[in-house]
Order: sequence, then structure tokens, then C-alpha cells
Amino acid sequence: MPTSVAERLSAAGTANALELRGVTRLFGALAALVDVTLTVRPGERRAVLGSNGAGKTTLFNCVTGDFPPTSGTIRFFGEDVTHFPPHERIRRGLRRTYQISALFTGLPVIDNVYLACCGVSRGRFSLLRPRRDDGLMQAAENLVQAVHLAAVKEQRVAELSHGQQRQLEIALALAGAPRFILFDEPAAGLSPPERSELIEILTSLPAHIGYIIIEHDMDVALRVVESVTMMHNGRIFKEGRPEEVESDSEVQELYLGAGHG
Amino acid sequence: MAVVEAPRAADVPPGQATGKSAIATALSAYPALWLLVLFLLLLPAFASSFVLVEIFGWALILGMIALSLMFLAGYGGMVSLVQMSVAGCAGYMVAIFGTSAVAEVSLGWPWWLAVPIAILIAVIFGTLSGALAVRTEGIYTIMITLAIASAFYYFTHQNYTIFNGFSGFNAVRAPRTLGIEWRAPVPFYYLTLFGAAVAYLAVVYVSRSPFGLALQGTRDNARRMAALGFNVTAHRIAAYTFAAVIAALAGVLLVWHGGQISPGTAGVGPVIDILIIAVAGGLGRPIGPFIGALIYVILRTFALDVLEGVGLDGKRFQLLIGLGFLLIVLFSPDGVLGLWSRWRDRLLQPWTDVRARDGGP
Repeated sequence: MPTSVAERLSAAGTANALELRGVTRLFGALAALVDVTLTVRPGERRAVLGSNGAGKTTLFNCVTGDFPPTSGTIRFFGEDVTHFPPHERIRRGLRRTYQISALFTGLPVIDNVYLACCGVSRGRFSLLRPRRDDGLMQAAENLVQAVHLAAVKEQRVAELSHGQQRQLEIALALAGAPRFILFDEPAAGLSPPERSELIEILTSLPAHIGYIIIEHDMDVALRVVESVTMMHNGRIFKEGRPEEVESDSEVQELYLGAGHG
Repeated sequence: MAVVEAPRAADVPPGQATGKSAIATALSAYPALWLLVLFLLLLPAFASSFVLVEIFGWALILGMIALSLMFLAGYGGMVSLVQMSVAGCAGYMVAIFGTSAVAEVSLGWPWWLAVPIAILIAVIFGTLSGALAVRTEGIYTIMITLAIASAFYYFTHQNYTIFNGFSGFNAVRAPRTLGIEWRAPVPFYYLTLFGAAVAYLAVVYVSRSPFGLALQGTRDNARRMAALGFNVTAHRIAAYTFAAVIAALAGVLLVWHGGQISPGTAGVGPVIDILIIAVAGGLGRPIGPFIGALIYVILRTFALDVLEGVGLDGKRFQLLIGLGFLLIVLFSPDGVLGLWSRWRDRLLQPWTDVRARDGGP
């Protein structure tokens, strides 16, 4: 169960944002993650690369608690969150986006963001409607601005374009006071102009917010991160700075296929 | 297949509708609403006491119970069959703690003590049922709540020390207070109208509050709600609590309406009736259950006369009720509300539009 606030604060002062030790996740006989050990500093921005089935999204699901790890420990800012339910991790400042947009399609844009703001506040169960000058409502308005969706904020999400839905997906992860965000292929299906807009949103995040981004588009991924982790068959295969990993011959072989380079 | 159609979010965004301004805009925007309110308020001036109590009073009470189901099913995606049992529980508790003809069981406490305790116990019952049901989905929620409802029925049927078994309680009457005889037709009609209006407005209001929005969020995407920091299980249980308050209020009115309560009040038949009322009326908006309830009560009351009028056996009245609801659901899966909105769309759509569409490439 949650440790005390004092303990959390003292741990957070020195700890890594994310610390995975020997994390393994089995789906029946299939090992989606094998003995993954990974450390990410606060504020660090990292890409996780790898082919389909490399275990990237499973890694995210273990960190957020959607699918808890079969074995191993996960520490978030020093606190052992391995056995926490997802919402407890989120309330500690962890956020994620989904590869396939997971939005509330029946609700307007602003309500989606407002909900995200409620989720990490005390007013979650409030039966009272928000007033116009409500703090959470203001926060939601600002977030809608930040992801360039102010023009469509009253529209139902189902009516948005794919690109706008991807932007909203990011807005939901920025609600409250995020300390660390997991972006699961945020550029999937975006047009070139939308991609540069995404890069702008990611690079303009406050410096204390670290993130891990899963991205197949190297142009996007390598421009918004300072370190790269390569995964293959559920294992970490290589770690380093973007240029190191990019020029690594083994990585090229795996990613581009032997003999095609 | 989705068990229920998701209601459309109301047209007013949160933060833009509070207090009097919202009511004022609603009234100027919907003259039909004015007329309905006026009609309901003035009904006692021209309607007989039979119409007041046995048609409208009963429909408003059943509508409230169905509304509590609509709240869970429409906003939360949880089809609960336990709502009638929650109402029955509240009714029983009023009879047990208050006064009835069964003096050996009833404690004879004053109504202002018996009613809040009855509501409290029924709400606890509804919440516990919810706690059992919320970890299941779809058909399994229906099955588990049906099981609880059946258990409640058989328990009341077989328990004599508390529930007085098969015969239940009679002569349970609305109190006389503030110089008003609440069991008289006109005051009782206004009492049910007030209760139904409060329940209806509460549901409309809460649907746009953080709690209500989050409930709709759990309906649309529970996993994402957890990833936003919501405890989905706790939220769903709280929704059962809210719905139970409405059902319990209705249960108190129900026992005062009939003056009696017995196992059959919350038997499997009435439990299913509430589902039929809510679905036939429309789960899309809070007004749907009341429309469904009015249709149900009218069919229930006049089917016998109609059948005998055309020379058929009056005992077949259930057949007519069944056929009526079958027709509604056959022609409009989203109930009378859906029928109405489609009809209105067709009426308001300019005929040129229709022609352009039909003649288009």
C-alpha cells in the first residue's frame, strides 16, 4: 500500500524517475518482456525503438499497471509501485497515451480534458457542476489551447479528425502535474505538417517532465529525445545516445534487415 | 453488441450552465417544457382522483425507479435489475419501522424517523448489490443483479419474523403532517410529482458534474479512466449508491401509493417490468423512463377494458401490454425517445433536402 508522504518526498529527492529491475511479463507461454532493467532520470527524454512484438507497449503496460509484471520491481521516483493499481500510479504523476486513441468519443473535447483534470484532483466524486471560473475548468481550457484544439473544443470527439484525436490523446496525458509520461506512438497516422506540430508540442514541454516515447518514425523520435533504448524479442538490446544507436551496425541489421543496408 | 445505446452528452458544456440562468434558457428554448410543467401542475384542476393517483402518481413512481436504472445503464453502461428490489426494500422498511396493520412486526415509529432509516437501509442494500455487480460486464451484470433481486423476493416470501412472509404488510399510509393529509389524492399526487421532479433534475444536473462525466467516461473507456487517475470500481459503486437513493425514495412513495407491500411488489415480474419501462421509454435521456412508465401504466390500466370491449377475454391483458412494448422496441430500439427524435428530424428537415438526397448521385 502507499507509503507515507514523508517517505515519498525524501525518496523522490534523489531517486530516478523510473527504475525497472528484472521486469518479466508472461502471457501464458509467451514471454513479452524478459528480465528488463531500465533506469530513467527525472526530466530525461528517451525513445524506445524496436520492431513489432519487441515488447515496447507491454513495457508501458507494466509501468502503468494495466498489465502488472509477472516478476521484477518497478520504482517510480523511488517508490515501489509494482503492486499499485493504475490509478494510484497516475495520481503520483505518471501519465500515458495510447497507440490507438482511447478517448471518450461521446463527449466534447473540453469534457475529455476536464475529466483528465478531475482524475488527478480531489473533486473526482463531486456532484456539483463546475463554475465558469473553476480551477480545473481553467486548467482544461489551457490544455486545449496548448495542444492547438481551442477551435474545436465544443465538438464531440467522434467528429474530430485523426490528427486532432492524437493531439487530444496528448492533452489527456498532460493534465494535472505530470512528472513522467509514456507516449505510445503519438505520430501514428499523422500527416507531415501534423508531425511537425507534434514535435513542437513535445519539445515545448516543461524541462522537468521526462518521457519515454515509442515511435517508428525515426525523424520524429530522434529529434525529441536525448537517449534511445532498443528492444528486441522482449529484451533490451542496446542503450545509448541517438547518434550512437543510429550508427550501430547490429541495430541497423535488426531494424533495416540484413543485406538491405 | 453494446447492451445500451450511449446517451448523447447534453448540449450545455460544464461550467456554462448554473443556477437560474440555466433554467431560464431552458424555458425559453423549450416551450414544450413550459407546457408540460404547467400541465402537470394544473392536472388536479381537471383530472379525477383516479387519474391523479392511479395513472400519473403510479407512473411517476415507476418512472423514478426506472430513472435509477436509466442512470446506471445510460450513463454507466451497467444494466442493474436490482433497482426494483431497492425500492421494495425501502417500502418494506417504512412498513416495518413505521405503522401498518401488522402490529406484531411494525415498530410504529413516527414517519420522520422511519422514512430516513428506510432510505438509508435501502441505499446500503443498493450499494452492496453494486459492489457485488460492478466487477462484471454486460450480461453478467444482468445475471448477478437478477440473482440478488430473486434472492430478495424469496427472502421476503419466506421470512415471517421481519418481512411477514407471503402476506407482507398492509395499511401503510402516508402521514398527516403540516396540516395536510398526504394520503388524499391531490396532496399525494403533488408529493409524487415533487419527488419525481427532484429525482429527474438531480439526474440531469449530476450528469454534467465531475461525478457524472466520469461515470460516462467509465462507460466509454474504463481502462482509460484508470489511466487518468480514476478508481473505476469505486466510481461504479458510488453510481449504484446514487441510483439507490432515487429508487429508495420511489420505494417509500410506492408503499404509500398502494398502502401495502408484499413479496410480489418486488417479484421477478415487476423487476423485469422496470427494465421494459426504461428500455421502451428510452435510455438515452432521463425523461425516457417517465414516458415508458406512463405507457406501461396506461396499458396496464386499460388493456382489460379494451380487450373486453372488442369481445375478447379480459384476462389476456398481459398479452396486450407485451405486444405494445414489442411494437415499440421492434420499430425503435432506442425506445419512444428515439422514435420521437427521428420523427421530429424528418418533420423539421426541409423537403428540398430530402429531394436532394434522394435524387443525388
